[in-house]
Amino acid sequence: MSDPQRVNIELNGRPVSVPVGHTLLSAVFNAGFGTTRTSVTGQPRGPLCGMGFCHECTVTIDGLFHQRSCMITVRQGMVVETVPLP
Amino acid sequence: MKPGADVLIIGAGIVGVACALECARVGLSTLVVESHMVGGGATGAGMGHLVVMDDSPAQIALTQLSCALWKELQPDLPGSVEYDACGTMWVAADHEEMAEVERKSHIYSNAGIVSEVVTGRKLYEYEPNLRPGLSGGLRVKGDAVIYPPTAAAWLLDQAIHKGSKFQKGQAVREVHEGGIVVFENGDRLCARTVVVATGANATKLVPGIALKPRKGHLIITDRYPGHIRHQLIELGYLKNAHQLTQDTVAFNVQPRRTGQLLIGSSRQYGALDSRIEKSITAKMLERAFWYLPHLKDLLCLRVWTGFRAATPDKVPLIGPAPNPVTGRPMEGVWLATGHEGLGITTSLGTARILADRLVGNTPSIPWEPYEPLRFSLQKGPIP
Repeated sequence: MSDPQRVNIELNGRPVSVPVGHTLLSAVFNAGFGTTRTSVTGQPRGPLCGMGFCHECTVTIDGLFHQRSCMITVRQGMVVETVPLP
Repeated sequence: MKPGADVLIIGAGIVGVACALECARVGLSTLVVESHMVGGGATGAGMGHLVVMDDSPAQIALTQLSCALWKELQPDLPGSVEYDACGTMWVAADHEEMAEVERKSHIYSNAGIVSEVVTGRKLYEYEPNLRPGLSGGLRVKGDAVIYPPTAAAWLLDQAIHKGSKFQKGQAVREVHEGGIVVFENGDRLCARTVVVATGANATKLVPGIALKPRKGHLIITDRYPGHIRHQLIELGYLKNAHQLTQDTVAFNVQPRRTGQLLIGSSRQYGALDSRIEKSITAKMLERAFWYLPHLKDLLCLRVWTGFRAATPDKVPLIGPAPNPVTGRPMEGVWLATGHEGLGITTSLGTARILADRLVGNTPSIPWEPYEPLRFSLQKGPIP
């Protein structure tokens, strides 16, 4: 039986269970990933503002790059990758 | 006044600095003057597509010579120039445009340019994100992309290395017969030949030349590596680009080395201020979304505008400037402008022709089609 209070997502290839209503950013952080993306010059970057402005917490969701994880609520079956770009 | 240099070039856009390098290479003492920044005008605003264009024999000759010169330079270009041999895909939407593919392929083949006619499934193997149902395209493998402002800075460095001088900060107010340049602060300099390479602003220094600013908009996205692989242009591009009176947009999207996509293009006459016009960008995006439906999901970072220097026959002005009153050649004043949307490509060919002519060598392609006097010596008003 699946817990109606939780959703399952795939994060960097691992199954992760997250409480319903959490932001994707909190799921990423709680799973132990501090770096969300890399800059043009290859520097690791992590969330700064947490309110959709700084674009530092962007991740790849279902193959689409540069999604702001702080603005997105977790959905069942999401496939999420951090630091996808060279 | 005694000439301070053999050649004084006004404007450190890509055309001006390319001319400086060629002049220095043939042993002329050269000075470049720039009021603001290197590559800060049309050079910095443009796409940086190195492309062979077949609009006219003169255009093919100049773009082909120039692309060959870029290929020669390519091994020496620093990484910052972002040279990318991605090629061009001219996209045919329907059977009518497919006929145009055949025609274009024939022209290229006659000029010795390798191209590949692409039909049906093959198009989607090359470019999976194009909309379904397109007829095909023409792939020109030899075309490439660069980042123009860094290319201009590098060309200037090379020119300086070969002995060219560079002076920044003072704008030129006037240019006079006899190779005389008057700066905004009243300073004067004299050279055996002054070369006006200030793009669409050249009419401020040499009034009456057949040159009009043609405004364009560009949009750049965040990084989406692999979304497209070639510079994609609709085959109707020339048809649209040829409209001399009304605002036009055409599908023209470029993959950057960073993975960013540069989305064009628009052409406007009579629009003289640089503000971004939403009605134009909306049309550009509508056209781009039609060809590349997934563009809608991508993040746009920035929109800007620039001004191309357009001539009536789409071919640049390279050679002695016409006197505004008499229409006769001005003594010691030359033009290197009017490159419209092809200045990044044709900067190198322009510079080669200009330097050859200045020292009395015969250029490797006929120079007459680019002679600025072609307009002023005709009867009647300049179109």
